[in-house]
Amino acid sequence: MAQVITVTSGKGGVGKTTAVANLAVALAADGKKVVCIDGDIGLRNLDVVMGLENRIVYDIVDVIEGRCRLRQAMIRDKHFEDLYLIPAAQTRDKTAVSPTDMVRVCDELRPDYDFILVDSPAGIERGFRNAIAPADRVLVVTNPEVSAVRDADRVVGILEAEEKYSPALILNRLNLVMVKNHDMLSAEDVLDLLAIQLIGIVPEDEGVIVGSNRGTPVALEQKSRAGQAFRNIAKRMQGHTVPFMDMDKQGKLWDRIQRSMSGRRV
Amino acid sequence: MFQEKSTIPPRSSIIPGNIRLNHMEETTSSTVQIKGLRDGLLVTLTGEVWDDQRASLFEQIDERQSFFKGARLALDIGPQALGVNELVELRDHLSERGISLWAVVSESPKTEKTAQLLGLATRISKPRPEETRHFAVEDLGDETALFLNKTLRSGVRIEFSGHVVVLGDVNPGAEIIAEGNVIVWGRVRGMVQAGSKGNRQAVICALDLSASQLRIADEVSALLEPQSDPRPEIASINPDGRLQSEAWNSG
Repeated sequence: MAQVITVTSGKGGVGKTTAVANLAVALAADGKKVVCIDGDIGLRNLDVVMGLENRIVYDIVDVIEGRCRLRQAMIRDKHFEDLYLIPAAQTRDKTAVSPTDMVRVCDELRPDYDFILVDSPAGIERGFRNAIAPADRVLVVTNPEVSAVRDADRVVGILEAEEKYSPALILNRLNLVMVKNHDMLSAEDVLDLLAIQLIGIVPEDEGVIVGSNRGTPVALEQKSRAGQAFRNIAKRMQGHTVPFMDMDKQGKLWDRIQRSMSGRRV
Repeated sequence: MFQEKSTIPPRSSIIPGNIRLNHMEETTSSTVQIKGLRDGLLVTLTGEVWDDQRASLFEQIDERQSFFKGARLALDIGPQALGVNELVELRDHLSERGISLWAVVSESPKTEKTAQLLGLATRISKPRPEETRHFAVEDLGDETALFLNKTLRSGVRIEFSGHVVVLGDVNPGAEIIAEGNVIVWGRVRGMVQAGSKGNRQAVICALDLSASQLRIADEVSALLEPQSDPRPEIASINPDGRLQSEAWNSG
């Protein structure tokens, strides 16, 4: 039975779609059966980032409104035969889908897959509520930047208030040089405020943009550091313990991560 | 495929004053009263059992779907005590029908607290801006305090008519408005007001007072810089009438 994992953030542009595309590819490379769903109705991007935009015939709104069967809207990935994408509609908006619709679609997919990844839109309104409705778990993406962290805090508050999403954090676009020069928030600063379990730190990497433009997620590149970080997150999602890259195994950040892994108050 | 938009005139022109709908079923007696507000609907539910109230509410809604669709709804449920699951389920079911729930008004402290934590308003009228009146300082007979054993995240707004104690942080974007004192065993980086009804003796204490803004009664602090070496502090109105904070010295 599949685990449904929604990736959200509050703030736009922090790397949700990039994370979904890369985690999907990394999980598929580990032999898992994966479906990803683009929840950003009206502003779809997941298809572009995965290089599948020319293959769209039906989208999730077609499925929900009964114009096609679920299978017909599922696009097989170019690289992995057990990885599928259900694209969003571009000519509609978030009111076309309801939380119950999303739950129904995911329930139909659950028996045949290992992971269902839902790409949430930015914000905390209807699109966000649609995306989290079917989730067993929610991953919150943020950047080490004050307004992104503020929005992530708001989102984590909403998720924690409903007591069922076990939110975990992906800290994306960390630039260690800038952190050392005190020009950027450190991972410790971010966790200080957000105080939730950390599931991954992805370093800033120009290759991500190149990969997006080409439709080949960086998790496919062995040499890419961001790609390695996403592959590590995929392993953690499967229950493996993987050490964080670039970390001194001492110091406050290490302690905090250890405490959060053991479930204690961070 | 084109979608037709039905033209419904603004709500205030549909409802002439109160409409009282008494709905009696065989087993329940809950009433549903619908009133138009400036920017939405206020639905008042009476009855004893939440399941009956909810059933009556949705029966009304389902009977006149086009009337309710797209509405902003405030719900008054009287003394009913609701938990997280019930409120979330209610909000989701209303959202299915195109109704957005923005406020839940209730006499039950449990419902109020749950609603606030879920980001719902718990009052409908906007509070009038406070003029500089001198309120009689009331004896807080009970010395009631609201105890929050969690960090208040951005977007959470807690209003309480007594003291507020927090075991955790108050993050930027979170707000506490208390008629009494506010004590935070953690960092305050959001907005805190003590003595909100005019009690100038109220204080604000925290392990780290790097708040975005502090208010006691109608005095407002200047922006406080985050401290590199935070110490426990207490903020109060000094004899000159100004809001100040000083280090906490035991003894």
